[in-house]
Amino acid sequence: MKKIEAIIKPFKLDEVKDSLSSIGINGLTVSEVQGFGRQKGHTEVYRGAEYTVDFVPKVKLEILVDDGLASQVVDTIMDAAKTGKIGDGKIFILTVDDAIRIRTGEHGDDAI
Amino acid sequence: MQNINTGDTAFILISAALVLFMTPGLALFYSGMVRSKNVLGTIMHSFIIIGIINVLWMLFGYSLAFGPDKFHLIGDLSWIGLRGVGAAPNTAYAPTIPHEAFMIFQAMFAIITPALITGAFAERMKFKSFLLFIIAWFVIVYIPVAHWVWGVGGWLRNLGVLDFAGGIVVHASSGAAALAAAIFVGKRKGFGTEPMIPHNIPLTIIGTGILWFGWFGFNAGSALASGALAANAFVTTQVAATAAVTSWMIVEWLKGGKPTTLGAATGAIAGLATITPAAGFVSPSAALLIGLAAGVICYYAISLKFKLGYDDSLDVVGVHGVGGILGTLSVGLLASTAINPAGANGLIHGNSSLIGIQALGVFAVVGFSFVASLVIFKVVDKLFGVRVEEEDEITGLDLSQHSEVGYDLSGLGGSAGGFVTANAFSAYPSEMPSVSGEAPLAPDNLP
Amino acid sequence: MKKIEAIIKPFKLDDVKNALSKVGVQGLTAYEVKGFGRQKGHTEVYRGAEYRVDFVPKVKLEIMVDDDLASQVVDTILNSARTGKIGDGKIFVFPAEDVIRIRTGERGKDAI
Repeated sequence: MKKIEAIIKPFKLDEVKDSLSSIGINGLTVSEVQGFGRQKGHTEVYRGAEYTVDFVPKVKLEILVDDGLASQVVDTIMDAAKTGKIGDGKIFILTVDDAIRIRTGEHGDDAI
Repeated sequence: MQNINTGDTAFILISAALVLFMTPGLALFYSGMVRSKNVLGTIMHSFIIIGIINVLWMLFGYSLAFGPDKFHLIGDLSWIGLRGVGAAPNTAYAPTIPHEAFMIFQAMFAIITPALITGAFAERMKFKSFLLFIIAWFVIVYIPVAHWVWGVGGWLRNLGVLDFAGGIVVHASSGAAALAAAIFVGKRKGFGTEPMIPHNIPLTIIGTGILWFGWFGFNAGSALASGALAANAFVTTQVAATAAVTSWMIVEWLKGGKPTTLGAATGAIAGLATITPAAGFVSPSAALLIGLAAGVICYYAISLKFKLGYDDSLDVVGVHGVGGILGTLSVGLLASTAINPAGANGLIHGNSSLIGIQALGVFAVVGFSFVASLVIFKVVDKLFGVRVEEEDEITGLDLSQHSEVGYDLSGLGGSAGGFVTANAFSAYPSEMPSVSGEAPLAPDNLP
Repeated sequence: MKKIEAIIKPFKLDDVKNALSKVGVQGLTAYEVKGFGRQKGHTEVYRGAEYRVDFVPKVKLEIMVDDDLASQVVDTILNSARTGKIGDGKIFVFPAEDVIRIRTGERGKDAI
């Protein structure tokens, strides 16, 4: 089992979610995060004082998948989240020991 | 100066302040309905108009709108820079108050009218182009239309068109411009496919309250004297607003399943816009009918944009355009000289000609405003382009046009844009002003 | 060492936290996320325009535990977070390479 984490541009969330649904992914978790990478932040100006905000708002997705599906999920996210510009984000793949569905107590692949 | 009535003067000055207050109210009303990244851009659209239009109004706008008539189409420049507009009353407009008081009361109407249009192109217009459009629209559309309907010698006024507080001049004219704006500027990126959910309905409710409060100055103040007519306009305003809130909720509940807060607020504004031309010409019971009709008809009118495929983002056409037209026509049906001897009787009081005159007035102004607005947009687009770049639209107007953000819920510097994040990172000023005096508040986590 | 992540219903956070304290869990990280799974979202209507909101608010917990405590922690979360209704959430177990307490530099078990 793998956990796939993706940091993407916020406005791409709907597109990514829809593409994942279309390949049969019916569960994911989303959180709003701020990232610092190659993409530059921005400048805000208040009453003449300039503030540089380095952190850029991003959305983080977490998806648990069966090993066999992992590469397809990665490709799907890549296609849907890509704009070609700096700041498109990253995808990470992590190993998972186990997954449990709280309502039923099912373990492993059944719980995904 | 013996003719000046201090009661009337006090009432009109207070009414002018009430009408001014409507524009920041409109800013809040509109800004609650956009996405959080555009809250300041939307507020700015209304707020900056207060500054710019009032300057133009005192320089030449008032003279062209209300000054001595030329060809029944426009005033002349004899009152330029408010020359001769002072303490002595202008007997043709308001015989018991200083001319200056009438001028500043009218200034507030000139301010809010272009601000109403901004709801149609919310979330996507380039700020520079917005400014140019608004200034051009004020000069080319608002000033002549105000003269036609309200100016001594104006051709619609001469025909007998009745518009008590601005159903035609304010609401129908801005509604027609809004339709032109929605069509010309085009849909917001993602309109119809991405959710564009109002980000802060409580803000919209505060704005509604301010608008409603200010509307008493707008309508009752349009009696231009404190007395029975002002009282009637005050009452009809309240009756129509409350009727429309109620009828909007009922129709929404029956049709859509749930009575919504945003619907109730929209109903109030629809009722207020609709009663505006009629407030000083109809009885309270007629106002009840007008308000009930406004709630139902405007409810259906705002769904037209989905059927016809234009993105009138904050429903200026459906609420102000349709409300203004409906109210103006209702004067032709329900007006009574028992309420206002200076007005006329409508159809139910035996005068069948008024409704045709009202319809002509609406048709002329809506047609003129729509076409002129399209032409202005075309020119502005050639000069600067009306829309922001796609990237800026995605980022939001607050940051891309103004370098500010509306919300900093994370305490990290505004880039969160409404995000509540778990991961606390620090953002710090790159450049702090070293001069003494008012220094901006630095984030707590300044290194 | 394991990292346990749990996605739970927000109103269950206190119950879960108290139950975990009882089995000796001394630290956890909790934050608000949005999830998309079998639990249905809801519909919002603004001026007649209907929006389908698929994402449901959830709370995510992250807990580091020693290997032999992992199954007890999973069971504790399972029992305290369960309502038996759809949307109870999931628990994931990951292998963790190391943990370091920043203040002292302690590593591994001592840092938990």
